[in-house]
Amino acid sequence: MNTKPLVVENLKKSFGKVSALRGVDLSVDRGEIFGLIGPDGAGKTTFIRIVVSLLNADEGAVYFQGKPVRENIAYVRSRIGYMPQRFSLYPDLTVEENLRFFGDLFGVPLKIQKERMERLYRFSRLGAFKDRRADALSGGMKQKLALSCMLMHEPEVIVMDEPTYGVDPVSRSELWEILRTLTDEGRTILVSTAYMDEAQLCDRVGLIFKGEVLAQGKPDSLLNLITDPLYMVKTPQPHRVYFELLKHFEAVDCNIFGNGVHVIDRHSVGAEQIAKILKQSNFDFDEITPIRPGIEDVFLKLIRTANPSAKPEQRGELSA
Amino acid sequence: MSRTFVSIIKKEFLHIVRDYQTLIIIVLMPVMMLLLYGYAITLEMREIKIAIVDHSKTPQSRALINHITSSNFFDIKARNVPESQFEDLFQQRLVRSVLVIPQDFSRSLNSNPQTPVQLLIDASDPNAANYILKYLSQIVTEFEIEQNPRLHFPFRVVPRLLYNPDLKSEYFFVPGLIAVIILLISALLTSLAIVREKERGTFEQILVSPVHAYQIVVGKVIPYIALGFVDSVIILVFGHFWFKVPVEGSILLLLGSLILYLLTGLSFGLFVSTITESQRVAMIVTLLMTILPTIMLSGFIFPIPSMPVIFQYISQIIPATHFLKIIRGILLKGSGLADLKNQLFYLVLLASFLIAVSIRKFKTTLE
Amino acid sequence: MNANEKYAVVAKDLTRKFGAFTAVDHVSFSVSRGEIFGFLGANGAGKTTTIRMMCGLLLPTSGSALVAGFDVFTQAEQIKQHIGYMSQRFSLYEDLTVLENIEFYGGIYGLSRKQIRRKSRELLAYLKLEDRANTVTAELPLGLKQRMALSTALLHDPEIIFLDEPTSGVDPDSRRQFWLLIYELAARGKTVFVTTHFMDEAEYCQRVSIMQEGRIIELDSPQNLKEKYKSESMQSVFLKAIGEESS
Ligand SMILES: Nc1ncnc2c1ncn2[C@@H]1O[C@H](COP(=O)(O)OP(=O)(O)OP(=O)(O)O)[C@@H](O)[C@H]1O
Ligand SMILES: [Mg+2]
Repeated sequence: MNTKPLVVENLKKSFGKVSALRGVDLSVDRGEIFGLIGPDGAGKTTFIRIVVSLLNADEGAVYFQGKPVRENIAYVRSRIGYMPQRFSLYPDLTVEENLRFFGDLFGVPLKIQKERMERLYRFSRLGAFKDRRADALSGGMKQKLALSCMLMHEPEVIVMDEPTYGVDPVSRSELWEILRTLTDEGRTILVSTAYMDEAQLCDRVGLIFKGEVLAQGKPDSLLNLITDPLYMVKTPQPHRVYFELLKHFEAVDCNIFGNGVHVIDRHSVGAEQIAKILKQSNFDFDEITPIRPGIEDVFLKLIRTANPSAKPEQRGELSA
Repeated sequence: MSRTFVSIIKKEFLHIVRDYQTLIIIVLMPVMMLLLYGYAITLEMREIKIAIVDHSKTPQSRALINHITSSNFFDIKARNVPESQFEDLFQQRLVRSVLVIPQDFSRSLNSNPQTPVQLLIDASDPNAANYILKYLSQIVTEFEIEQNPRLHFPFRVVPRLLYNPDLKSEYFFVPGLIAVIILLISALLTSLAIVREKERGTFEQILVSPVHAYQIVVGKVIPYIALGFVDSVIILVFGHFWFKVPVEGSILLLLGSLILYLLTGLSFGLFVSTITESQRVAMIVTLLMTILPTIMLSGFIFPIPSMPVIFQYISQIIPATHFLKIIRGILLKGSGLADLKNQLFYLVLLASFLIAVSIRKFKTTLE
Repeated sequence: MNANEKYAVVAKDLTRKFGAFTAVDHVSFSVSRGEIFGFLGANGAGKTTTIRMMCGLLLPTSGSALVAGFDVFTQAEQIKQHIGYMSQRFSLYEDLTVLENIEFYGGIYGLSRKQIRRKSRELLAYLKLEDRANTVTAELPLGLKQRMALSTALLHDPEIIFLDEPTSGVDPDSRRQFWLLIYELAARGKTVFVTTHFMDEAEYCQRVSIMQEGRIIELDSPQNLKEKYKSESMQSVFLKAIGEESS
């Protein structure tokens, strides 16, 4: 019998005329972090809600440790920790009261509560504010508190829908250290995220698009999906170079990044030729170097190829 | 009216329409409450269960019983039960009152001193007991006048009930219901509408625009005036055609005072929303400060003169007290503007005071 | 050119306390007209509080700030005419349709019926939402909602735009589309003041400040900061700056 923490088979779900999921298959192994990525509205949240038994699928099935979720709702709920996308706290309770409440709710012994709280304060840096009411926290602090509340108990399987929404980079990296410790202790994590650097930290990722899994696998193996050479045009003015490059390359192949523009060279134009083009039109750039693609390149390429209408084009003026 | 203003009103209307569950409740509530009160109260008061013990058994005593049966206020459930069973009848709620006609009833009719007819009433519901007593004394009076056309007492009091001669309770509760429902809608819904935006964060977006406090306040309130107005018209129409509540006075004055009363409720809701931050608190405060006193202290259920003195004073602050006088006056007595000017004036005063305070207190920052 | 014309925003020793707690602590900076200014910082550093003070939503406890040449203490009403603001929480009405939202915000900024009609047509075409004009906003994907929120904040053609975490939770593709909008605004001479937790977006700004516990600990162009911290990316600049500060 298959006792993987999560196995999902051919999951389908429609809301009225809109089909949110069109047959999703995937499985998550014990002790791994599985990352869900995909554009807004791709069906990630619907998928997660079905997995944690809050929604029923129209077709297909989810197995939790070998048991069908639909028939074992109580079993599943007692073993899955779920953090919804917009988790609400008790705004009138203080930071510590919220944490304690969730600790008690999950039946965590007081001694363990204390230890966990210390660990969670280190990541969230909320320790200094433990007597502040939750409604006086900043947006990101609220999110971190919500996350901490959920992490007060450590269930076998943890499902989180965009846990790092609005969380600053320092706390994000500390959160991922916590998640790693949890999986090292044998827990399993399913997490959706809009941050591609987080996707890189997962053991495996699935890219969901329009209710289907476009690709899944280890992050590094996904990178092989880009076979054409990839160049980075390093420049302090990425957007201006971007618009210049759009005149010579297809929009699917050009993307702005922090330090420059990434170009997928599908027609073997070559770095020298690109440099020449830019020099001709007097564009400022530091260098053009071939680079290894990252998850973000793959993400952009896959969804643009799958959905040509989503590619950005030269926009009309938005008149005043 | 400025564009800004129109936009706010329109948007508020859209919220109301979109939230169709609440809308349905708002429209159906008055009708349901009317039917509920209407049938619960009228059935009770129409067919009062009574037991009659006739020790006299004379044509006169039969005539009296006849009067009672034909009045259709009473439903005779038992006759000539022995006194030992009275207690059981009451305990098992088989009857609400027992009338005992003494043996010498006919003889004493024209003599002096008279033998009293004994009436036992279950007063565990004092209101109902009151009605029963009133109905019966009225029937008895009619009977006496009929039996004894040439009365030779020096004088006697013959009560005549004015304006509501049949003692119809509809006449009483239809205006009362209007007072409660209008307040519920105007105060509660407005306070929630504003506090909801505070909670959801949409308020922040409005506040960074150059709109004035009064535009937001008044713009948000107008749709609820309309809503409350529609509701009160529903109750009035229903009350008039279904329960046959008369409209003796001017309809214009009636609608005018409805709007005035609505405004008082709205201004109260506004006031609450300026001092509260969450829907929960707003709801509790509004219920405590409006609905409760309206039901308990305005004279809707308990007559003001029978309240402890301190509550009599408090009742004078409550807008519903004055509104009830106005609306009962117009509906039942045909009172005009001149008769009601004090009450109307008080409502104007209260509404303007509350609106002014709310606009002043209304914060255009997030402090 | 005097300082008023050169700078869209000038803040000096701006401070805001909540009770005994100082959320924003003597913050000074100025933003040139037409600049894209990135406002970075750890959670709870005081970014939203600073923005709210500049939008006239919160009064500073002390210090001074001029926004579009107007004083935040005394001229909040004038400031509101000249700024657009997108708050950290999505603040369009989710129960209204796309078109109704646009009409409402056009209305409260006093646009004429004709202007609103023209604007909404343009906006819908621009956001490629023509066929979803009558969709209830709640049903749109987040990236689109955010672009829509930005567009409605621009209806009255403000000179300065404050964006508080406009791309949080937005996917990589939609984020790029959002930034193309920001570039376009800057190209038209608007000043954009934006907070973000995506460090690649920080690199798109002309200058960034990094806030920590109510104070600005760095303020420079991304290039200079990367040189200063000997880093390849703003991500590591941020981690180093905040890390150094808190250790
Ligand atoms: N109304 C308030 N009462 C008390 N403290 C408050 C209030 N509003 C904000 N604070 C505190 O002020 C500090 C700064 O909050 P602010 O919202 O400005 O942070 P931020 O930099 O925007 O953070 P984030 O990145 O999480 O959005 C926080 O510590 C917060 O708890
Ligand atoms: Mg913030």
